[in-house]
Amino acid sequence: MTMLKIDNLQANVADKPILKGLSLEINPGEIHAIMGPNGAGKSTLGYTLGGRPGYEVTGGSVEFAGQNLLDLEPHERAAAGLFLGFQYPVEIPGVSFVQFLREAANAQRKGRGEEPYSGGEFLKLAKEKAGLLKMDMDMLKRAVNVGFSGGEKKRAEMVQMGILDPKLAILDETDSGLDIDALRICGEGINSIMRAPDKAVLLITHYQRLLDYVKPDFVHVLAGGRIVKSGGPELAHQLEDEGYEAVVA
Amino acid sequence: MSEVAALPTRKDEDFRYSDIDALGTLWPVAREEIAVADGAEDTLQIVLDDSEAIARHIAISVGKGATFDLRVLSAGPTYGRIALDVTLAEDADFTLGAAQLATGTETLEIVTDVHHTGPNATSAQVVRTVLADHATGTYLGRIAVARGADGTDAEQSVRAMLLDRTATANARPELEIFADDVKAAHGCAVGELDADGLFYLMSRGLPPAEAKRLMLQAFIAEAFTGAPDEEALSEAALVRLGTLVETGL
Repeated sequence: MTMLKIDNLQANVADKPILKGLSLEINPGEIHAIMGPNGAGKSTLGYTLGGRPGYEVTGGSVEFAGQNLLDLEPHERAAAGLFLGFQYPVEIPGVSFVQFLREAANAQRKGRGEEPYSGGEFLKLAKEKAGLLKMDMDMLKRAVNVGFSGGEKKRAEMVQMGILDPKLAILDETDSGLDIDALRICGEGINSIMRAPDKAVLLITHYQRLLDYVKPDFVHVLAGGRIVKSGGPELAHQLEDEGYEAVVA
Repeated sequence: MSEVAALPTRKDEDFRYSDIDALGTLWPVAREEIAVADGAEDTLQIVLDDSEAIARHIAISVGKGATFDLRVLSAGPTYGRIALDVTLAEDADFTLGAAQLATGTETLEIVTDVHHTGPNATSAQVVRTVLADHATGTYLGRIAVARGADGTDAEQSVRAMLLDRTATANARPELEIFADDVKAAHGCAVGELDADGLFYLMSRGLPPAEAKRLMLQAFIAEAFTGAPDEEALSEAALVRLGTLVETGL
């Protein structure tokens, strides 16, 4: 069964059409990369799929794991197995990562009719996933993203993904703001958390470099609110060599 | 400030935002006296969690080198007023940490008049107000530093959060300084919950009410930091915040 089926999706931001008939299908076990120039609608796609207020769907449909995704509230999308990795993770003073993530994970489990994690179980899980991303557990006891460097924020996003264990991860420019080592750590994190026959990833990126670590099965070029070209991993290299303009034209 | 025998009107600055009808049923308000002896340490917690209207007027005298730590949780009364007259002798220290949490048509107010009469005394007021529906929350805070009260260190941090645009927050800081070498810092802000933060929390699976409650819990936390019974106050506040986010419009 198809995991995500986007059909002719149209969306406005502040009454301005940004997505203009985007179609894409993702099957379990696949990693897709969406690349495209600035302003193509890449982040809008991520936010629209995540259900962010202000991103208004004006046409088309999105089916996720057999449900109409667009009918669901953001937290219901998460409980259904969708994870949105933010390009700019938000700082929330006074709320600790551990507290927030445990409540979030348990809210998701409740939504699926599963037993909540006990404090001990949760800490063990958090420690394991933090270790995967080479992140000190002490950082997760701090307020959400407050005082984190750009790279730490992105690693913390991946730790959250590991804990929440989604079916589909939409990762919006996870590679931006990362140095070479952090890029490798995040790439390996994505592979170990999401490379599975029953999971899928949609990577939104400007650059080829993350794709050296997370090998996509499919690469799509987004321009002007539509997917204008699709291919295999070689397409990413072609874009890197020739630029968007040449490939899209 | 002393509460006169005749029922005040809204022309009286200290009662400008009061619910005068409710106050009329409580008038006259007896003045309670607290005296902290020289060098002594004392604490008081006031928790208003009943729906009945209440007004208290407390005069607090903090002796030389003495400390007084007062925490207020106003979470329930249809009308709740706490008026404090505080007099600080040399080297005395006074802390007020207060949270006012209101919904419906409730009117909550805290009025403080802190007099630094001797040198080198310190005072801090941290007031956090959360308002839903048509509630009104007011903090009027006056700090007077008398001639000769050199080396005074006075601080006010006043913040209000409106959950609905129909709620009203009033804040008025007032400083009157007749001494030298005085530190008097005050900050005052009225705002709404950060929409980006809320979406971030919801995208991780927290239902909207839970996400709001978590952010509000963080917002009021500072009022109870270091309180002798911080945990009990926070727990009681949390219950009320749950009601606020659910009864909000």
